[in-house]
Amino acid sequence: MAKESLSINEVREMMLAVADKIIEAEPILTDADRALGDGDHGVGMERGMNAVKEALAGREFPTVGKVFMGVGMAMMSSMGGASGALFGTLFRAGGKAIGDASTLTGKELAVILKEGTEGVMTRGEAKPGDKTMVDALFPAAEKAQEVADLPVSEALAAAAGAAAAGRDASEGMVATKGRAKTLGENSLGKPDAGAVSVAIILATMSDYASS
Amino acid sequence: MKKLINDPLKVADELVEGLVDAYNGECRYVGTRSIVKTHIPENKVALLVGGGSGHEPIYHGLVGRNLADGAACGDIFAAPPPNIVLEATEAVDRGKGVLYLYGNYAGDVMNFDIGAELADDEGIEVRTVLIWDDVCSAPPAQKQNRRGIAGLVPIVKIAGAASQTVTTLAELEAVAKKAVLQTRSVGVSMAPGSIPATGKPTFDIDPDMIGLGMGIHGEPGVGEIPMAPADELTPRMLNYLFEDFEKDDEVAALAAGDEVILFVNSLGATTMMELLIALRAAKKCLTGKGIKIYDVMVGPLVTCQEMSGISFSVTRMDDELKKYWEMPCQSVCFSKMEGRYGG
Repeated sequence: MAKESLSINEVREMMLAVADKIIEAEPILTDADRALGDGDHGVGMERGMNAVKEALAGREFPTVGKVFMGVGMAMMSSMGGASGALFGTLFRAGGKAIGDASTLTGKELAVILKEGTEGVMTRGEAKPGDKTMVDALFPAAEKAQEVADLPVSEALAAAAGAAAAGRDASEGMVATKGRAKTLGENSLGKPDAGAVSVAIILATMSDYASS
Repeated sequence: MKKLINDPLKVADELVEGLVDAYNGECRYVGTRSIVKTHIPENKVALLVGGGSGHEPIYHGLVGRNLADGAACGDIFAAPPPNIVLEATEAVDRGKGVLYLYGNYAGDVMNFDIGAELADDEGIEVRTVLIWDDVCSAPPAQKQNRRGIAGLVPIVKIAGAASQTVTTLAELEAVAKKAVLQTRSVGVSMAPGSIPATGKPTFDIDPDMIGLGMGIHGEPGVGEIPMAPADELTPRMLNYLFEDFEKDDEVAALAAGDEVILFVNSLGATTMMELLIALRAAKKCLTGKGIKIYDVMVGPLVTCQEMSGISFSVTRMDDELKKYWEMPCQSVCFSKMEGRYGG
């Protein structure tokens, strides 16, 4: 059954589920990054998500935004490097943008993804087509604007679908940003590791909201 | 690779602890992983450096007397996260603002920028000057894409001296920018270093080849060329510096009568013997063009573990930069008396 909205505590639980899923996916992320980058994305995300679990477990948050900002700060502080800054910015900018919302509906989701994606694009000076995490985020954010009036479970499912399609599309892109940029044409045929992470995060959020 | 370490994941924390011990009270360990001078005068404009660990003695070894006030230290070869940048910023700020001076790498820029935003939330004024001296990492028109390498040492030395005498953050920013603009470096890599946590090499290269312009983490440069004798390789490398000054619209070409600091750096494993042989060739090449060597630095200061390789940096001096260069300084990385050799 469609779920209209998620409470603050449900959002917290959802992000704990995301953390577990990313930790579980470490070998997949490592392989994806080894093909194109320096191979440290999986371990970095695992470290970041362990910090997220510490920051969220057994805690109470005053707003939905603070949960996402907590996720962002935990990732930023524990991961370092470009991916810590970018995933940290995604959740911090997204969480900040929804102010004092006490539930997560399709509307908040649309704002989080829009502002979070813009934050990442500014910070990383990346645009769609550069073969980065933006290639999963940007279509997800656009889709979320279209479906903002739907129940949150359906909005998340639509955004997750768009992110997965974006991840797949990144396989056909030539890297121009990040460490893979020096590979040029050789980066064809593999997805960007950051886009793989974004797709897993949104799919897990969608699974939680639908269950 | 035999490495004298403990837990591979604690290498960065433990080396900074050891560095603080080496300073014997002159500096202290701050927050998650920063090193900061124990005594920073009130109302001083602060200078903060930083970057990934594993390149010792820089950056954190450049904290000291008439040098940087503090360093935000990242994990091995990784930028310091924003909370570390913020902790270091708070510790060095004396109400006159903080200049961030560090190498131009995407991860460092993102994390220091977020650190600056967090500092701004707390009312601390921050300005940033990026170091981009590696001429082989992008053409002059795209300096924003260049990496920062060994030229950071003379730049931080000059900025550190200036930070003692200026009264505003804007003045310090201007001196640092000038030092960056007049500094260019070129390097070659002969063999990789290793990643301390895994023991794996930082890059692969044919044993008979060297990477011309390759970055200190193995980033691509101009290309691979066969290994060559010092007297052949040195002028070939320095030519990249001459060409770059010539092609860059923002600076004059290096010309007869110009005075430069020449810095010959080892990436780690290349010996002082080799550096001195290269230094001799570099001096011949520079003085042959009528360029005067104002002062010389030589040694392994910007390294990547046991990486083998060498870089040349030149900083063109003017009266203002000379004034700051001639001030004495002292740190674990770099110390000098007042004045200069031969001065």
